[in-house]
Amino acid sequence: MENITPQLYTLLVFMVIGSIVAIETRNLLSAVISVSAVGFALSVAFLFLGAPDIAITQLVVEILVLIILIRGTILLDNTAVELHRDTLAVIVTLIFFGLILGFGAMIFGSRGFPAFGEPLMSVSRVYVMRGLPETHAANIVTSVILDYRAYDTMGEATVLFGSILGALALLRKDGKVAKKEVVPA
Amino acid sequence: MTVYFLCVVLLTMGLYCLVAKKNIVKKVIGVVIMDYAVNLYLIIIGYKTGGTAPVVEPGMGERALERFVDPLPQALVLTSIVIGLGVLALMVSMCIRLYEKHGTFDMSQISKLRG
Amino acid sequence: MKGLTLIVKTITDFVVAFIVVFGAYIVLYGHLTPGGGFAGGVIIACAFILLMLGHGKEVAFSRLGERLAHVLDSAGALAFLIIGWIGFWGGYFFLNVFGRGEQFRLISSGMILPINIAIAFKVGTSLFIVFAALAIFRRRSFRSMIEDELS
Repeated sequence: MENITPQLYTLLVFMVIGSIVAIETRNLLSAVISVSAVGFALSVAFLFLGAPDIAITQLVVEILVLIILIRGTILLDNTAVELHRDTLAVIVTLIFFGLILGFGAMIFGSRGFPAFGEPLMSVSRVYVMRGLPETHAANIVTSVILDYRAYDTMGEATVLFGSILGALALLRKDGKVAKKEVVPA
Repeated sequence: MTVYFLCVVLLTMGLYCLVAKKNIVKKVIGVVIMDYAVNLYLIIIGYKTGGTAPVVEPGMGERALERFVDPLPQALVLTSIVIGLGVLALMVSMCIRLYEKHGTFDMSQISKLRG
Repeated sequence: MKGLTLIVKTITDFVVAFIVVFGAYIVLYGHLTPGGGFAGGVIIACAFILLMLGHGKEVAFSRLGERLAHVLDSAGALAFLIIGWIGFWGGYFFLNVFGRGEQFRLISSGMILPINIAIAFKVGTSLFIVFAALAIFRRRSFRSMIEDELS
């Protein structure tokens, strides 16, 4: 499709509204479901942006995120307690926002920001042109992550292994009762 | 340009949720929103107007190869999505352990360091 | 009766096989169509998680035992490293030394297909084990915690 900007704007506005609902609601189950709605809209946005590989991965990972978050919170305390507004946090967030926009303007102000829809592709031109003759893999994204840059994929597998190992070590057995013998003297 | 601005707005909202909320599950939700914002930004950088997905079909000439979107940010985002899932599993198991030990999700009571 | 109701059990018995076959298709054709090892591995993990949700954990562990899942997990990671090390003999780490084959066929493109299969094993069994640990972890009830604090 030629012009996807209306669809992309609609999805982005939907994601922002969903995030506002997820942040401000007091019921934890509603917050988790709103975040999953944002994730599904993100998968559709990836499909519009010409990345079907990423859309499939984001969709199934989003399903697992929903399952894990619901399992982690549904059986436990179900409402959030919000008593007062934390002004220091709001000030910090606004400073961060201003810093990001300021740095962006400073870096791209002189040379001009690369417009939406015109990527530089200085490195990817080599991958696209020589991907199929050299590796015989029709999916160029797969040939990038498993042939040209397989070392990064090994790092990713290691990080996944380590984080799952940490989660298993935390959930190993039932929590111990604080020993009654340790009485403050 | 507005597209990039909306991505930065999403990132800032995730940061606000991470910093300003006291419930620890809300903080985890803030991290998840920041993850989404960064992945979306990376894919938007690589988009080419009128471009097609980078999958070669039999019988494609050189002209069709010129119209592909950028495949390199997609490789980065594939890594990032799966790592986000692993980190989320670790965070939720930490939340469950904290609830087990302290009996509440409220961060201001957990951080009081009772003996 | 463990698990959910009878309707869910019937549909689960019917659907799990299709999910596993679809996940295997996405893994094996990862170098020709969009997909790859990570998405296919997560889909296979979802099939086993559905089995655990529908029938209870005993049935799921009788299909894929806990020790076998740990062994497959580590075997997938080791296979990835061994394939990378084989390339070391040709020149540098992760050099593609297998035969390339013709284009657009299933058995082609050197070492991409074995690496996809290894990654699918690793990711699928890892996520199944993490979900099993989350589901088995039994929380102490809040009442007993309060009683422990007051006594």
